[in-house]
Amino acid sequence: MLTKGVTSQRKVLTGNAAAANAAMLCQPDVIAAYPITPSTEILEVLYTFQAEGLIRGQMVEPEGEHSVMSILIGASICGGRTFTGTSSQGLFFMYEPCIYAAAHRLPIVMVNANREATPAAVSSSGQDIHMVKDNGWMQMHAESCQEILDMVIMAYRLAEDPAILVPMAIAYDGYYLSYRSEAVDVPSQKQVNTFLPPRKIVNPILTIDEPMTVQPGMTPMIFTEYRMKHMDAMQRAMTKLDDIEAEFEGIFGRSYPGVIEEYRCDDADIILLTLGSCAGTAKVMIDQKRDEGIKVGMLRVRMYRPFPKVQLAEKLRGRKAIGVIDRDVSFGWNSGHLFVEAKAALNDMEGKRIPMLNFIGGLNGGDITIKNMKRAVEDVHRAAQGHDYAHVTFFDVG
Amino acid sequence: MANIKYKSKYESPWASPEKLYTINTGDWRYQRPVTKKTKCGHCATCYIFCPADCITDKGGYYEADLATCKGCGICARECPTKAITMIREVRED
Repeated sequence: MLTKGVTSQRKVLTGNAAAANAAMLCQPDVIAAYPITPSTEILEVLYTFQAEGLIRGQMVEPEGEHSVMSILIGASICGGRTFTGTSSQGLFFMYEPCIYAAAHRLPIVMVNANREATPAAVSSSGQDIHMVKDNGWMQMHAESCQEILDMVIMAYRLAEDPAILVPMAIAYDGYYLSYRSEAVDVPSQKQVNTFLPPRKIVNPILTIDEPMTVQPGMTPMIFTEYRMKHMDAMQRAMTKLDDIEAEFEGIFGRSYPGVIEEYRCDDADIILLTLGSCAGTAKVMIDQKRDEGIKVGMLRVRMYRPFPKVQLAEKLRGRKAIGVIDRDVSFGWNSGHLFVEAKAALNDMEGKRIPMLNFIGGLNGGDITIKNMKRAVEDVHRAAQGHDYAHVTFFDVG
Repeated sequence: MANIKYKSKYESPWASPEKLYTINTGDWRYQRPVTKKTKCGHCATCYIFCPADCITDKGGYYEADLATCKGCGICARECPTKAITMIREVRED
């Protein structure tokens, strides 16, 4: 039994099982989900926990993801803690109620095992989660199975914080993390209870005795005011994350670097900017290139919404060239999403314009290989020395 | 952001109706009906036809409640005695 004992237990878990373990430990009042590759395993593990009597809340499996999110909205408006997991077409099917959840500022937590976005492409890519980046939810991206578990636990603290109250999606690369087994420290129920008390209700909630209007029509003035408040709350989440991570370290003994992770960046001339699981591959290549004498470092964006534009610009200041690795495409920009975001963030930076190169790969389950990362570092290094460069490169095409 | 004077004390439209920041659905009207009391035959045609259900009996004549009247002009068109005229709304700002 997982919940017995005061200290954590080390287990071998897939990313999906890590997410399910985290959800179980956070004890949501309502869990609703619909099976979809590659996140179905979350449901399987949760139902096993339910059979073992480890889940106190209600588990619902409705007819589709639109109903999943609608059920969670109802539960959250009534003051409950809620959880779901999904992927790709499932995420798109729940898009409409997701917007509602964000506008009503409901602290729902979901995990998304990132998957390519067309029904025929049932494999990994960041396309699905990037396509919903502006729906008003917070978004964090994990690199390892341990980070998935820890992020879900911290997501509740962040989403339910009275000064924030914004739903949160924890994203991790489908297949690469959803099905990869790693050693994961699973904390005890007691540790999680210390870190995460029951949801504190600060706003009016819906009860049978006290009915209220939910999402009424609004004039432009009052609507604009709510939009401002929503965006301000998301900005507050970035500094709040640092506080929560410090507290997390005190209880669980694992530390996290806040909105952006740095790897060998101190004296780096060139930087690779990454998101999610491919950061591991980038780190291996950076170690190799460092041995060859190239001063290269890596940054990994952990919090994607709100986007840490000030922190990113600060960390990129004074570099000679930047390479951005994207496992997704932004239609119309002819580049990846992270590239567009990084360019927008850098526009605020003072001083000379630096070469920025975008590398796109790993679509529909393709690997972003060591060879790909080698090419990225070498291309960025050449651009830093003043050579001509391609703005966007598709790995392994042509 | 502390110096901004917000209209709502809430972060989102949360609250029971009496606590809610309420809006008049008539706010986006571009024209309003004006009844000439002396011409009104008190026949209730406007009352029956009004899709917003905003016409009230004022005793001897009928008149629209401007908080909810959207200015569609159906009452003016249907009035058998032509007692209702539509006047263009003018906003000060």
